[in-house]
This record gives sequence, C-alpha cells and structure tokens, in this order.
Amino acid sequence: MSRDLILRVIGKLLIPFILLFAVYVQFHGDFGPGGGFQAGVILAAAIVFYALIFGLENARQVVPDWLVETMLACGVLIYAGVGLAGIFLGGNYLDYFVLDHDAIHGQHRGIFWVEVGVAVTVSGVMLKIFYMFASRGNLNGPEDY
Amino acid sequence: MSLLAHAPALQVVLPLVSAPLAVLLRHRNAAFAVVTAGAWAAFAAAIALWLQVGESGVISYHIGNWAPPWGIEYRVDRLTSFVLLLVSGMASIVLPYSRASIEREIPRELHYLYYAMFGLCLTGLLGMTITGDAFNIFVFLEISSLSTYVLIGLGRDRRALSASYRYLIMGSIGATFIVLGIGFLYLMTGTLNLADMAVRIRDIESSRPVLAALAFLTVGISLKVALFPLHQWLPNAYTYAPSAVTAFLAATATKVSVYVLIRFYFSVFGESLVFAKLPLPEIMLLLSLLGMFAANFIAIFQDNLKRLFAYSSVGQIGYITLGLSFDSFNGLAASIVHLFNHGIAKGAIFLLIGGIVAAGAKAGTGPLPLSFDRLAGLSRRMPLTCFGIVIAGLSLIGVPGTAGFVSKWYLILAAMDKGQWWLVAAILASSLLAVAYVWRFVEAAYFRPAADEVRREAPLSMLLPAWLLVLGSIWFGLDTSVTLGSALDAAQHLIGSKP
Repeated sequence: MSRDLILRVIGKLLIPFILLFAVYVQFHGDFGPGGGFQAGVILAAAIVFYALIFGLENARQVVPDWLVETMLACGVLIYAGVGLAGIFLGGNYLDYFVLDHDAIHGQHRGIFWVEVGVAVTVSGVMLKIFYMFASRGNLNGPEDY
Repeated sequence: MSLLAHAPALQVVLPLVSAPLAVLLRHRNAAFAVVTAGAWAAFAAAIALWLQVGESGVISYHIGNWAPPWGIEYRVDRLTSFVLLLVSGMASIVLPYSRASIEREIPRELHYLYYAMFGLCLTGLLGMTITGDAFNIFVFLEISSLSTYVLIGLGRDRRALSASYRYLIMGSIGATFIVLGIGFLYLMTGTLNLADMAVRIRDIESSRPVLAALAFLTVGISLKVALFPLHQWLPNAYTYAPSAVTAFLAATATKVSVYVLIRFYFSVFGESLVFAKLPLPEIMLLLSLLGMFAANFIAIFQDNLKRLFAYSSVGQIGYITLGLSFDSFNGLAASIVHLFNHGIAKGAIFLLIGGIVAAGAKAGTGPLPLSFDRLAGLSRRMPLTCFGIVIAGLSLIGVPGTAGFVSKWYLILAAMDKGQWWLVAAILASSLLAVAYVWRFVEAAYFRPAADEVRREAPLSMLLPAWLLVLGSIWFGLDTSVTLGSALDAAQHLIGSKP
C-alpha cells in the first residue's frame, strides 16, 4: 500500500490524533469510560495502522522489537511496583490509601500509576502479537521464534 | 509492620515480579538467577506462613486494605500453607535443575522466556492456592494455565505443540466451566469471598443454580485435575514437554487443582450438600477406581518411559480422589498427604528421566532415548539415576518405609472405617499394577544386557535436585510429623470436630 497516495496522506494526518486520543482515553479513565487497557489498544492500533500503510520495516524502526519487549515487561513491573510501594509506605500490598497524605488523593495516585502500567503492557503485547504474525513467512525480516 | 506480616502477598508477588524482570534482562543466566531467587523467596515465605499458621491459626491478608468481603482476601489455613510449601518447594528444586536440562532441550535464545514462563506458572499456582476470592482463583488459574501451555509447547519434539494445543482446548473448556460455576454462585450469593459465600449459601443450597454451579465446578476442576475420563490431555502433555516442565507440572499443577476442588467442596458448598444429599461420592468413587485400574493398566503397556509414568500419574490421582469420596477424616487426610507424597515421588522420577534424556542427548543418540529397548542395561551406564527411579517407584507402589506407604495406609484405614473390605482389596490390587510397571523399568535397566557399559551419568546439577526428592520420599515415609501432621490438622479444620 506504500504507493497509495490518499492512504499515506490521510494516515499521516490521522495517526497523531489517534495517539492523542489514546492519551485522552488513558487520563480520562478516572472520570469517564476508558482506562489503561483501552488506551493501550488504541496506542497499538496507531502503530499497526502505520505498519499497514508504510510497511512493517518502517514500523519496526519507529517501535523496535526490543522496545516492545521492554514495554510488556515494564508495565507489569509498574503495576507490581505500585503494590510494593504500598508495603514500603506502611500499608498492605496495593494499598493506595498510604500513597499520599490525603487518602482520597492517594487512591487517585495509585490507580493512575496502575493504569499506566496496564496501558504500557497492553500496547506492548498487542504490538508483539502483531509483529509476530506480520513477520511470519517473511524471509527477509528478522528471525521469528 | 514487619515484612513477615506481608508474607501472604509477597508469596505471590515475588515470583510475579521475577517473570517480567527475566524478560527485561534478556540474558539466560540473569533470567535464571532472578527467577530462581524469586522461587526461593517464595519458598521462604511459604515456610514462614506454615510456621505462623501453626502458632496463630488462620491468617487473613487484605489486599489494598479493603476489608473482605468487598476486597480481595488472601486466606492461609493449614491446608493452604501445606500446598504452598509443596508448590514453592518443588519450584525451588526444579529451577536449579532446569539450567542444565533445558540447555539440551530448548534453543538457547528462548531460555530467558522459559524462565519468565516458569515464574508466571509458579505465580499462578501459588495465587490459586492462597487466595480466598472465587474470581481471583479463576484469574490465577488462567495465569498458570496459559504459561503451562507455552512451557509444554517448548518441548523439543514437534508433537509437543499438538500436545500443548490439545491441553489448551481441554483446559479452556475446564476454565470456562469453572468461571460459569463461579458466576452462578455470585448470582445467587452476591459475593465472591469464599468464606462469605459459604455462610450465604446455607439457605439456598438446594436451589437449582447452586446445584448447577456445583456441577460446573466439579466437571471444570476435574478436567484440570485429570480425573479419569477427563485425563486425555495429560499423557501427551507430560510426554512431550521439556523434562523439567514435566517434573514441575506433575508435582504441582494437578495437585493445586485438587486443592481447589477440596476448597470448594468443604469450605464453600459444605460436605452435607456435596456428600450427603447428592450421589457425588458414588460417582467419584467409581471414577477413582476406574482411574486406578485403567490408567495403571495402560501404563504397563507403554513403550516410552515418560509416558508410562504419565499414565501412572492419572492412576495416582485416582487414589487422591478416592480419599475425597470417603468423606471421612481419614480419607481426607489420606488425600491431602498423598498430594504431597505423590508430588515428590513423581517429581523425582521425572527429574531423573530428564537426566537420562540429557545423557542420551550428549552422546548424540537421537531425540528420545526413552523407549525400553534403549533403556536396556541402563543401570550400568547410569547407576545413580536408575537406583533413584527404583526408590521413587517403590514410593509410588507404597512399600513400607517410603512416603507412598503413609498415604496408602491412611487410605486403607479410611476404607476399613467405612467397613468396605472390597475397597481395601481394590487398593492393594491396584498397587500390584504399580509393581508391574515399575518392574518393567527394573527389568530393562538391570537385567537386560547393555549395548555399551561406559559410565555416563547425568550432570551433578541435575542429579542433586533429583536425589534430594528421592531422599525426601524416604524421609517423609519415616518422619511424618510435617506431612501427616499437616494433613491431619487440615482435615480436622475442614471437616469440623469429627475425629
């Protein structure tokens, strides 16, 4: 599809807004529909869209494989780290109440970071799955396992 | 607050954190170090919990400081801590072993992913055991199942993939049934906390949705347990998985599922519903007997050593569910103690078989040196390995002085309590089948002429963990204070004050 002018132009126009929308869904998750999972999927969808139009190799330069694998590990660590922070600050595991002087504020802070972790892991996993399927049978691509 | 107070959370969190760290480090030695440290820390936490339960009784830990029944509760009683000890202990032994073992069975660039999956599998199994929340059980079940499918698929033989796929289909059906059952229970009681559910279910226990939930949960969990007609996924999965994975799964995965079954039967539905009002004991008795005889019988005629012991696992599961079906103090104690005793004996056997595979691979003799022709005269080449398999095999048979004897003794006691002498005869007869399949190995390894008599033992880092378990299955046959003591305590706790 790399020679399709309309797709390329529209794609270039839309992808920044898709990314922005992902961020909106992420941060508005506290007050409306949304949250880390949905934001992560939208974020990954933007990259998948990019890969469909500009080719897998270009997408791999934007978001390389090592970054994808780091993302899917880091998200879980952020989530678990919030839980462990609760223990270090004198509460139970995943205790958001102790994350700030004000308990309600602590709840906000806790869920904020947990959702960040979810978004990072979900977009990482989505991209990993896409890359693995997309590079199958492609002899020139990096080895798939 | 000391760290000890958080042991229930750390029990699950430490192996959980070790898995993404292994992925992040991307190096097999670093991944090995991190995941092994996670498993050992989990074992330490399990020991701490076991001691703590002995001193102060049931421990309840509120995740996120939300009080149950609203929040998720981790609940540790005697049975929980006993199973935690088995699972984390087996992981701590199998992980050091797997370093040398997967070197020969899994491509090097996948090693760090193997360790990550192992950490997740351990997390799932520990979580299923420790949590006091019905939906949480399902979540951890999925964590452990999904990582198990990957671990099995890593096997060197191509058939590992189809075995893994088959287990994926069967396991997903089982998990679906389990979540349906939990859904019905949530619908009827409005709670997911197991302790709260048990109180609320009393008034509505013969309503149709509750009975449907019981049926769904029984079938779903039995699939994961590999109760006789639902065991179809097990032989291939065990045969083609990497040796270390087989040993870990055989010792823990089905055992944790049995634990979940016990938890739902005795702590949620209550024995009066499960065992007195429904024909469940009769069904379970029949299926257990079928498993004990059919699976043990099939085991005798297998040509692959690993497959032989995989079928033997199905048979041994029969003893565990047989103990459950008695609905008596001794029967339940026999089930619980056999979880542990069979776990270490079967774990030892599969670890030693992994040694045979490794030594065969080193000599470059092809993929599967486990057919009985290839095992001929093995005792001259690998005396320690063969002797270990024989001792662990004696424990499977239930010879006095081994751990297997203790569980069989209590099983027979339970049968005599019921006055069912024919069952005593059946238990003894099925043990004879176990003699037959262990003898097949002895005959091949000790009495057939060897092709070559060069001594070629498995590496020490594989022999040592395996022999630790072999010695364990003797130790726990002589000193039963930990195993039988815990089992009797747990049975007492579950069944009430009925000695």
